[in-house]
Amino acid sequence: MPIGDMLLRSVDDSQINTVFPNTFEEYKKWDKEKDELPPEEVYKALFQELAYGDKIQVGRALTRMNYSKSGWKSLIKKTSRAIKKVVKKEEFPDSYKEFLIETNEKWADPTYWYAMGQMINNQTSIYYWNAIDRTFDQELNVVQQDEDRRVYVQTWLKTLKVSIYVTVFCLILGFPVAHLLANLPLRYSNLLMIFVLLPFWTSLLVRTTAWIVMLQQKGVINGVLVWLGILNDDGRIAMVYNETGTLIAMTQILLPFMILPLYSVMRVIPKSHMRAAQNLGAKPAMAFWRVYLPQTIPGMSAGGLLVFVLAIGYFITPELVGGKDGKLIGSWIAYHLKTTLNWGLTAALGAILLGFMLIFYWLYNKIVGIDNIKLG
Amino acid sequence: MALPTYATPIQRTYYYAYLFFCGVVFFFLIAPLIAIVPISFSVSPFMVFTEGMLAWPPDPEAWSLRWYRNMIGDCSAEVVSSTVPCSTKWMKGTVNSFYIGIIATFIATVLGTMAALGLSRPHMPYKALIMSILISPMIVPLIITAAGMFFFYARINLVYTFTGVILAHVALATPFVVITVTATLVGFDMNMVKAAQSLGAKPMRTFFKVIMPLILPGIISGALFAFITSFDEVVIVMFMASIDQLTIPKQMWAGIRQEISPVILCMATCLVILSIVLLTTVELLRRRAERLRGIKAR
Repeated sequence: MPIGDMLLRSVDDSQINTVFPNTFEEYKKWDKEKDELPPEEVYKALFQELAYGDKIQVGRALTRMNYSKSGWKSLIKKTSRAIKKVVKKEEFPDSYKEFLIETNEKWADPTYWYAMGQMINNQTSIYYWNAIDRTFDQELNVVQQDEDRRVYVQTWLKTLKVSIYVTVFCLILGFPVAHLLANLPLRYSNLLMIFVLLPFWTSLLVRTTAWIVMLQQKGVINGVLVWLGILNDDGRIAMVYNETGTLIAMTQILLPFMILPLYSVMRVIPKSHMRAAQNLGAKPAMAFWRVYLPQTIPGMSAGGLLVFVLAIGYFITPELVGGKDGKLIGSWIAYHLKTTLNWGLTAALGAILLGFMLIFYWLYNKIVGIDNIKLG
Repeated sequence: MALPTYATPIQRTYYYAYLFFCGVVFFFLIAPLIAIVPISFSVSPFMVFTEGMLAWPPDPEAWSLRWYRNMIGDCSAEVVSSTVPCSTKWMKGTVNSFYIGIIATFIATVLGTMAALGLSRPHMPYKALIMSILISPMIVPLIITAAGMFFFYARINLVYTFTGVILAHVALATPFVVITVTATLVGFDMNMVKAAQSLGAKPMRTFFKVIMPLILPGIISGALFAFITSFDEVVIVMFMASIDQLTIPKQMWAGIRQEISPVILCMATCLVILSIVLLTTVELLRRRAERLRGIKAR
């Protein structure tokens, strides 16, 4: 239910339509081919709706207008003030068009009016286009966003890159460990399992904090390296507040999610298979590659998808450890939700992420089945 | 999994390299959690190992309970420092965390157990669909769930209230209960329910006298999972909670972003200890359940 609501938000554009209904009605009659500027009626409707509109509602609409073209907010605010004066004195102008252009010459700038055209419908796809760095031009065609406002495509790619790296690292680190745990006698493997389960049970924030302590300039790792004489005191490596830090911390945090599915798959592979293969003349490497590895594929794909999907939506760790260039898409969602209050864009970013997720879960379900998720 | 006596030297090398690699990974998993413990007892207001702490013999001057006293709201002169103000926020957060966590756990456990019981009936219609909806909060990234819930709760005026935070946590925690209880029910003999009912027990009595005692380990470990989920949860709290609903994770988040101080590590140490306790409980329960069901302990 909340997710459905979010999907609605991502295309909803009705708020501004309740504020400027008449203006938009008149706007639709404007023939852009014939006249450079909209006709008098549009100006008149706008004047009246600004003069008598509910202040809070207008304010909200302004925020929306600023998304389509920056500058709207200050323009309307200035104009509103001028209009209020006129209304107070009850000296209504003969031509609203001339009056508005007189108060602010931006009203004679057709680009503002074109931008208004984007908001006329009750539904919009603008947020989705914004989420991949596209915007509308005056004819409502989709074009690239200005150079300095392009951030999302880059962030999407970075999120994808980090997730893939983390998944690969987890696989490389997790595979031998799961193999060891699955093949040791129970007494030992239960003990060693604590090493995997304890981080799994510990708060995410605790682990993130711990990594900051470990990786910072005066942190434990740098300290040990200096003490060992590998680094000199000035050559401390910057490992935190950048992408390296994000990768290291995320790998450690998500590693249990790789080890546990792998372990449960490896546990049930009979040891006799390897012996049989070697009996038949295969070298150990060959036996491993041809006999053992194929049997672990369900575990690898389960763990891999789990880690990948968790990584792609990660937010806390990159935000804290990632510094300013380590931001992933989750950080932007949080930023728009909390700070800029651009909820349409938040919802669109979320919906795209959700779409990704559903594709991966569909795959996951095909490969291992969703019921096979195991805890601990 | 020891080496056979006929292993060649190359095989031996590989084997030891493999053991070494596993050791490194285990170290990688556990080291950060261990490292923070001693630093939390440091005198220094920075999160580092000071020289005094590394000195041998140990220098008692370098160690103190200063930050723990700060954490519990002790504001005496030897506790506060210029960079670390003293406040009661940590204690307030602890109280709130337990309050929200316990209520949310209770609701989630009741709902989750009922759902699991229903879902494990053989003739339940749309089983797969209901299951996937139920466990969706576990699968969808938290940030999306949080955004969706925020929008939805904003419409019905539940943001910035305890009710809102608790309900959100219930939604997150219920799947864990459903999964653990369903797993326990796999080995449950449904004939016992029939037996109880044929002897005249009403459904409620059957549940409390027959079903519940048998699936109790599953319910308890589900409840513990639910509790830790709510207790650790930060994303939803960040969006949906005002300063009145300050919890430990929220305070830690604020602490890491603004006033990085060893007080965070004190709290982190406490949380590590808490998770050790919970982990042990769950592990013991799991073994007991397997013994009861006659499955040989793995």
